[in-house]
Amino acid sequence: MTDASTEQVRSEPVSGRAAAGKATAAHGGGDLQMRSLTKRFGTFTAVDDLDLVIPQGSFFALLGPSGCGKTTTLRMVAGLEEPTAGTISIGAEDITATRPYKRPVNTVFQSYALFPHLDIFENVAFGLRRRGSKNIKQQVNEALELVELAQMGRRKPGQLSGGQQQRVALARAIVNRPSVLLLDEPLGALDLKLRRQMQIELKRIQTEVGLTFVHVTHDQEEAMTMADTIAVMNQGRIEQMGGPTDLYENPTTTFVANFLGQSNLVRAKVTSRGSDVLEVEAEGQAFTLPARRSFSDSDEIWFGVRPEKLSIGQGDAAEGLRGVITDTSFIGVSTQYLVRLPWGQEITAVRQNDGAPILRPGEQVTLTWDPRHAFALDASQDAHAGEDFGEGELLGSKG
Amino acid sequence: MSAPAPDTVAGLPGGAGPPVAETPRSHRGRWTPYLLLFPGVAWLLVFFVVPMAFLASQSLQQGSIETGYSVTWHIQTYGDALSAYSSQFIRSLVYAATATGLALLIGYPLAYAIAFKVGRWKNVLLVLVIAPFFTSFLIRTLAWQTILSTQGPVYSIVNHTGLLAVLKWVHLVNSDQLLSTPFAVIMGLTYNFLPFMTLPLYASLERIDMRLLEAGNDLYASPFTAFRKVTWPLSMPGVVAGTLLTFIPAAGDYINSKLLGNPDTTMIGQVIDGEFLRVLDYPTAAALSFTLMVTIVIIVVAYIRRAGTEELV
Repeated sequence: MTDASTEQVRSEPVSGRAAAGKATAAHGGGDLQMRSLTKRFGTFTAVDDLDLVIPQGSFFALLGPSGCGKTTTLRMVAGLEEPTAGTISIGAEDITATRPYKRPVNTVFQSYALFPHLDIFENVAFGLRRRGSKNIKQQVNEALELVELAQMGRRKPGQLSGGQQQRVALARAIVNRPSVLLLDEPLGALDLKLRRQMQIELKRIQTEVGLTFVHVTHDQEEAMTMADTIAVMNQGRIEQMGGPTDLYENPTTTFVANFLGQSNLVRAKVTSRGSDVLEVEAEGQAFTLPARRSFSDSDEIWFGVRPEKLSIGQGDAAEGLRGVITDTSFIGVSTQYLVRLPWGQEITAVRQNDGAPILRPGEQVTLTWDPRHAFALDASQDAHAGEDFGEGELLGSKG
Repeated sequence: MSAPAPDTVAGLPGGAGPPVAETPRSHRGRWTPYLLLFPGVAWLLVFFVVPMAFLASQSLQQGSIETGYSVTWHIQTYGDALSAYSSQFIRSLVYAATATGLALLIGYPLAYAIAFKVGRWKNVLLVLVIAPFFTSFLIRTLAWQTILSTQGPVYSIVNHTGLLAVLKWVHLVNSDQLLSTPFAVIMGLTYNFLPFMTLPLYASLERIDMRLLEAGNDLYASPFTAFRKVTWPLSMPGVVAGTLLTFIPAAGDYINSKLLGNPDTTMIGQVIDGEFLRVLDYPTAAALSFTLMVTIVIIVVAYIRRAGTEELV
C-alpha cells in the first residue's frame, strides 16, 4: 500500500484480465504456482525460495509450527505482503504485482475480520457489491444457506458465537467464487469440539463448491483430516509434501517424523544395502528395513519406528528389543508406554485398549515390530527436530 | 389497579426460590448506583436545572432594573428578540457550521495520521494537539489578530496568490484586510475548537482493527473504497462526537467575533452578552439564551438521528 501509485501503473495491464478471471473463476482459474518465492523481513528470511504448485480444485494444507513462514506465504498469495523475490501465478496469469483487491483470491482470516458495522448479509455481500455483481441477494442467501446461517442475515457479527462468525467469514469469501480460497488458521479460535465439527463442515463445503482451498494450520490432525495434500513447512522451506498417509507413513526428515505424530529414532549404521532390504545395526543388534523406506545415502542413520507400530510382549523373546516400562499413560482408546532400552534411551509405544491388562512401570517387556514399518533417516539431522511444538503453546501465534 | 401491582412485582422473584440466596448482596448493591449518581445529579440540579428554571422565568418577566421584575408570561419578548436579532442568530449557526466543517476537514486527516501513520510520534503529536490549552483562550484568540494582520505573512500570501479575491467574492472578506472579517471569525472558531474535533476522531479511529482494511482489500475494495466503506463508517462515533463538541460551543461563542470580527459579524453570543451586561435587558437576554439552547438541542437531535447511530456498534 506504500507505493500505491507505481504499483497501480504496473498492475494496470493485468487488471482487465484479473477482473475477467474473477468472473469466470469458478469455471477455471488454473493451478496456483509459486516460483522461487522469497520473503525477508530485515535479516530474517520468513519464506525461503519456495517452489510450489497447488492443483486447481484441491484441498491443500500448509502445515508447520509458528514462525515457519506459512502465514507469510498465504499473505503473499493474497497480496497483503509483497514478495522480496519470486513469482506467484494462477494458471497462466502472473499475479505477483497485482494489487490485493484485483486478485481472484479471497481469504478467511484467523480473526475472521468481519465488518462490525455491517450485518451478516452485508458482510457476505461486500465482495459482490464491490464488483457490481448481479443477483446479489440470491447469491448471498445461497452462501448463507451453505454455511447454515440462512436465518442470521440481519444480525450483527457481535451477536453471533465464534463458530457462527467463522462460518460467516467463510461464506463471505466463498460467495465470490475465487480461483483460490485462502484459510489462515480459520479454526484456531474455536474450542476442540467445534473445531472437529467445522473441519468436517469445511471439507464438505470444499467438495460441494469445488474451489481450490489453501489451508494454513499448525494442527497436524486438522491438516490430515481435511487436506488432499499437505506441505510441511519449517523455517521458510517445505520439508516434505504429500498425501496425509504418505507423509505419516514415510517421513523423509526427522522434522516431519516428529511433527506429524511421534517417532522413535534410534542411531544405527547400515551394514548391507540390498536392492529390497537394508540391514542395519544398532547397539549391537541387527535389524532390517525396506530399501525404499530409507531416505539417507549415508551409512549413519536414524532407524525409526512409529509408536503404534510397536507391539509389546511380556517375557523373553528371541526377536525385538528388551526394555523396562518407566511410565504408563492411560488415554482411553489406547495406553501410551515409555520404555527404557538397555542403553538408556526411552522410546514410546502405544497399545490399543483391546482388553489386554495394562502394564505397570517396572515391568520387563520386549518390543517387536514388522520390519516393513521401519524407516531410515539421515543421521546428520537433529533427532529432536519438530518435537517441541505442542499444540497448546502455539495458540494465538502466527506461522 | 395500582395497589396489587407492587405486590406482584415483589412476589415474583421471591417465589422463584434461588433469588433468596442473593438477597443480602442485592440489598446492599441496590443503593450503590444512587450513591454513585448523587454528586453528579446534585451538581446538575444546583448549577444547571435551577439556573435554567430561573432563566426561563426571567424570559417571561417584565419590568426594569429600577422597578424590579415580575413574571407576566409576556411571550412577546421572544418574538421581539428574535425579529430584532434574527440575522445574528442565523449568522451564528452558519459560522459555527462552517467552522465545524473546516475543523472536520483539518481534524480528520490529522487524527487519521496520528492514529495510523506516525508510529512512535503518536504521543508527541497528541500532546501538540492539546498544547494550545496551556494558554488562555483569550490570548490565543488575540494572537490571531497578529497572525491575520495586514503586515503579517498570511496576508501577503493570501493577497499574492489571489486567494483574497476569492474570499472577497464569497463575501468572507469585505475589505482589503483579513482582520475584522467573517473569514477571521471563522478561522478563529475553527482554530479554537479544532482539538475538540481531533481528539474524539482520534479515539474512534485508533480503535479500528487494521485487519478489517486488509479484509476489505481482500474483498475487492481499493484503498479508497475500503476507507469509504469500512474506515469512515467505523469512525462515525468520533465524527458525531467531534462535530457536536465543535458546533455547540462555536454557535454560542462571543469572543472570536468580538476580537476578530466587525459589527457586521456579530454573533448571538455577543448579543446575549451585551443585553445581560450592558443594556441590562434581562428578559430579552434570557429569551435569546433559551432560544439558542432549544435550537441547538433540536439541531443535535436531528443530526444524531440522521447520522444513524443505529449503524454504530
